[in-house]
Amino acid sequence: MKLTLKVWRQKNAKDSGKFATYQLNEVSPDMSFLEMFDVLNEELVGKGEDPVAFDHDCREGICGMCSMYINGRAHGPMSGTTTCQLHMRKFKDGDTITVEPWRAGAFPVLKDLVVDRSAFDRIIAAGGYVSVNTGSAKDANNIPVPKHDADAAFAAAACIGCGACVAACKNASAMLFASAKISQLALLPQGKVERTDRVLNMVKQMDAEGFGSCTNTGSCEAECPKNISLENIATMNREYLLATVSKQPDFGGTGGAG
Amino acid sequence: MSSKINSRIPEGSLEQKWTTYRSTTALVNPANKRSLEIIVVGSGLAGASAAASLAELGYKVKCFCFQDSPRRAHSIAAQGGINAAKNYQNDGDSVYRLFYDTIKGGDYRAREANVHRLAEVSASIIDQCVAQGVPFAREYGGLLANRSFGGTQVQRTFYASGQTGQQLLLGAYSALERQVGLGSVKMYNRHEMLEIVNIEGKCRGIIARNLVTGEITRHFGHAVLLCTGGYGNVFFLSTNAMGSNVTAAWKAHKKGAFFGNPCFTQIHPTCIPVSGDHQSKLTLMSESLRNDGRIWVPKKQGDTRKASEIPEDERDYYLERRYPAFGNLVPRDVASRAAKERCDAGYGVGASKMAVYLDYTAAIERYGKTKATQLNENNPGEARIRELGKQVVAEKYGNLFEMYEKITGENPYEVPMRIYPAVHYTMGGLWVDYELMTTVPGLYALGEANFSDHGANRLGASALMQGLADGYFVIPYTIGTYLSNEIRTKPVPTDHEAFVEAEKDVRENIARMMNVKGSKTVDHFHKRLGKIMWEKCGMARNEKGLNEAIVEIRALREEFWRDVRIPGSADELNPELEKAGRVADFLELGELMCMDALNRAESCGGHFREESQAEDGEAMRDDANFMYVAAWEYKGNTQFEMHKETLVYEKVKPSQRSYK
Amino acid sequence: MANKVSQYLQSSIGKKTVMAATGLFLVVFLLEHLYTNVLLFFGDGGKAFNDASHGMVHSIIIRIIEVVLFVSIVLHVIQALMLTGQNNKARPVKYAVSGVSKTSSWFSRNMLLTGSIIFFFIVVHLYNFFVPYRVTGTVNGPEDPANNLAIAVAEALGDPMYAALYLVSVLFLAFHLNHGFQSAFQTAGLNNRRYAPLWKMAGSFLAFIVFGLGFASFPVLFYLSKVMEWDLLNWAK
Repeated sequence: MKLTLKVWRQKNAKDSGKFATYQLNEVSPDMSFLEMFDVLNEELVGKGEDPVAFDHDCREGICGMCSMYINGRAHGPMSGTTTCQLHMRKFKDGDTITVEPWRAGAFPVLKDLVVDRSAFDRIIAAGGYVSVNTGSAKDANNIPVPKHDADAAFAAAACIGCGACVAACKNASAMLFASAKISQLALLPQGKVERTDRVLNMVKQMDAEGFGSCTNTGSCEAECPKNISLENIATMNREYLLATVSKQPDFGGTGGAG
Repeated sequence: MSSKINSRIPEGSLEQKWTTYRSTTALVNPANKRSLEIIVVGSGLAGASAAASLAELGYKVKCFCFQDSPRRAHSIAAQGGINAAKNYQNDGDSVYRLFYDTIKGGDYRAREANVHRLAEVSASIIDQCVAQGVPFAREYGGLLANRSFGGTQVQRTFYASGQTGQQLLLGAYSALERQVGLGSVKMYNRHEMLEIVNIEGKCRGIIARNLVTGEITRHFGHAVLLCTGGYGNVFFLSTNAMGSNVTAAWKAHKKGAFFGNPCFTQIHPTCIPVSGDHQSKLTLMSESLRNDGRIWVPKKQGDTRKASEIPEDERDYYLERRYPAFGNLVPRDVASRAAKERCDAGYGVGASKMAVYLDYTAAIERYGKTKATQLNENNPGEARIRELGKQVVAEKYGNLFEMYEKITGENPYEVPMRIYPAVHYTMGGLWVDYELMTTVPGLYALGEANFSDHGANRLGASALMQGLADGYFVIPYTIGTYLSNEIRTKPVPTDHEAFVEAEKDVRENIARMMNVKGSKTVDHFHKRLGKIMWEKCGMARNEKGLNEAIVEIRALREEFWRDVRIPGSADELNPELEKAGRVADFLELGELMCMDALNRAESCGGHFREESQAEDGEAMRDDANFMYVAAWEYKGNTQFEMHKETLVYEKVKPSQRSYK
Repeated sequence: MANKVSQYLQSSIGKKTVMAATGLFLVVFLLEHLYTNVLLFFGDGGKAFNDASHGMVHSIIIRIIEVVLFVSIVLHVIQALMLTGQNNKARPVKYAVSGVSKTSSWFSRNMLLTGSIIFFFIVVHLYNFFVPYRVTGTVNGPEDPANNLAIAVAEALGDPMYAALYLVSVLFLAFHLNHGFQSAFQTAGLNNRRYAPLWKMAGSFLAFIVFGLGFASFPVLFYLSKVMEWDLLNWAK
């Protein structure tokens, strides 16, 4: 296959960046999209040019590191597929493919197609956990969890944190990401104890990072490689409203007399 | 046993060692913990769980990962499950059975005391993960579900669909992020450790490179934990992530940490085969597929007919032929070698001829007939049987079949899958004592990075168990033993000459690489190294091949340093430079792996020496001469000296495995 | 508590909730408006319609609701503008190629545009009816058989320009509501896999059948009656 690639090139965070066009003449349909970039980079290095920087690691669709916006689509044209699992047989000989980085104010470009997604880590650090220290857990079967809840929690927990939802959303909103974690933990008895503070703090952090808000267009769900459902956003909205209503003023501490 | 290594196994009976150790080892009081700093390199199951647990205890922790977030670590890709001796199924499981299965599965090359401790803490791991909100599979009654795995006779594997590793890692990651949020852990994303810093014989810190800016930074720690995973990428093609590397462990090795059993590599039999030279990595298909699939090759060499055109009597179901008792369910190493044997003999299939068929036709028919009976359909046509059969298979293996189709473009319901073995896990790693400390005081290795509890072969669903055991339940105790003697040690300022010196070495090494300005890319060398390793230090090894490999690797290394080309500069985001550093280390490790394989003139577990086999081609262990861990010491200038840790089996009596 | 509420209202979710709540209130108003308008078809010379309109002016409850209504419109508009501004800021550099049309509908992405058209129509509509009837007093109540609100409506909709504007606005209103109605339930957290199809169906029914066909019937029938010289206001007499 012969392909024309229009790739975003940007030297570093400060550079303004521009598109560069490359011709690839021997693309095998069996290659993954990233392997095609490997070939391009080998050629570029051979010619003494700077190869295209892009994020990737596991290349089996689970680590969430790959992140290319291909022909206007997060992770390319296939649904339920990460860039690394996209294969060239889905393209036609002679195609021109435009590849851009995730675009969001909260995901600044570091170089070429590499963006900084540490905002996601900070959202999790704000409350995406159960506060249980190692060793303090009771026997795992002490608390039964209805199978339906466990399955629903798993479906939400399948999020790989790639950021395709943000990239695909016209508002660069991170609500699908944040809501997946909030609803996973809200569904499980283990997570219910902290649900009020969790949703308040995570939403606060999400807003502080500069993500947009949700206008329910559904692009995030359509582009999510793990098919995380919009339902989670409704759950988050509900949790947030309930938390606002039910949040009590903190007591002055629970320390005993020393 | 060599005087340079002391495995520090506690006295007492096997069952009591860990309990006694925990109750008697020295403690660090909470006030002192606040002033003790610990560096954790790597954020996978072992790293994230260790960093979080130590921070919870009150230590000051710095955690490093080379990815853009700690959640990306390759533990995330583990599919199958995690073992634990919970005996929830009431099927006779116990700590002893898990211990015994692990020792036997490791072909009697693991340390009894470590493995027993692993089995003891396994149950607590499940408790901890459930408390964190890990959504394990459950039964309708709301209790945890189990499945069987890897030929064990009990159901002790906990799982979350085919994404167990992901869910466990996200649990550990959330615990880690909680500590980051609380300010107890400082996280360094996109940082790569490039050197350890030793002061007066103790490890006191690391030198790291900021992968975005290229900045080289110094970090002090009273102790350093390497949780940096395995080195399967020395083969270039493996199921490891692209970034998985040996660099941290190797730098530590060169600074005094011995390397244990480097040649022990696990090769997984059911991976999607290589499709061309462009291939960058291999994808695993869960081992569970062998439960229902039949593996075969044509009886005729070089047969180019399509699978469907080859009649039944011209197919060779070689596993069923060679191992009538276990058939397609022989252990990983046996299945892998048998596939290689057929392909090498010219019976392979597919364009590359380096693949065998995994055929679901029979299973689809069998399930279809059963289903038709269930539905009271009498005399269903052949098409109807296949339709029903496909439905059943899709329920059980749908996501795997989908993945296969995505990657190969072939529909596995219609044509047999092509599979071939691929490098998957490395049992070898940094040698550690019972406390997980390497031969450098204050330097620890956890998870796949250490030479592990898996001996010469790891059982399925045990890698996740070991990573989390080390991080959650072992290191929080054992590190106290060391740090209780360090409470008077003030943090060493990073302008100490040892830091200055180490940083200088790192800078010089980078400059040396950048200045080669040769003509070949890093991947070019990596692929050639991988080919040597795969052909001569892969599934089957022999003296001649290994000797050749050592010579070839040395030549390749010399060529690398003469002719590698790294574009760009060292003070920017430069993936080629990152790769170059890792490949440079693989080029040294590869040689040591071959030396170790050469030294171990026996077949055990994943290590198969062609000279050591029975008349029927089965592996032959040599307990009289090789019942030891080979711990290699770096002597400078790629010279190594081997030390032996003799393995003593008090509890389990070693026997030869047979699957006939 | 006040603190909590203000924090809520300032959050991305809170702002959306304001959109949802005001939007749903406006839907209730539209229902009421549609009901009053239908009275025009009674063929009683506009008496029922005129009486109802007159009654509203003199009902204290309706007057209060009227204030809430204006506040809702203003809030809905202001919040929409602010959210759009913020959302634009969340992506300072746009994509060169956007395939967003493949993953979401045009109307779901262009609520501001459809909303603006509707807002423009509301202004015109107020100018045509509310102002003369309630402010300047150039249109009279039911007591005047020659110059009342029903007659003013019939005359205005006889104008092809105005009828066309009315019709187009109704179309946009339908699409606006088709997304907006179910979206409000999602925002309010009253959505899940089971109810999503229900809200969607209810939203579409309300948007296209009730409001779409309902409101479109006025410009269409009154314009036709003008052209065909029917006496629509008095057909039953």
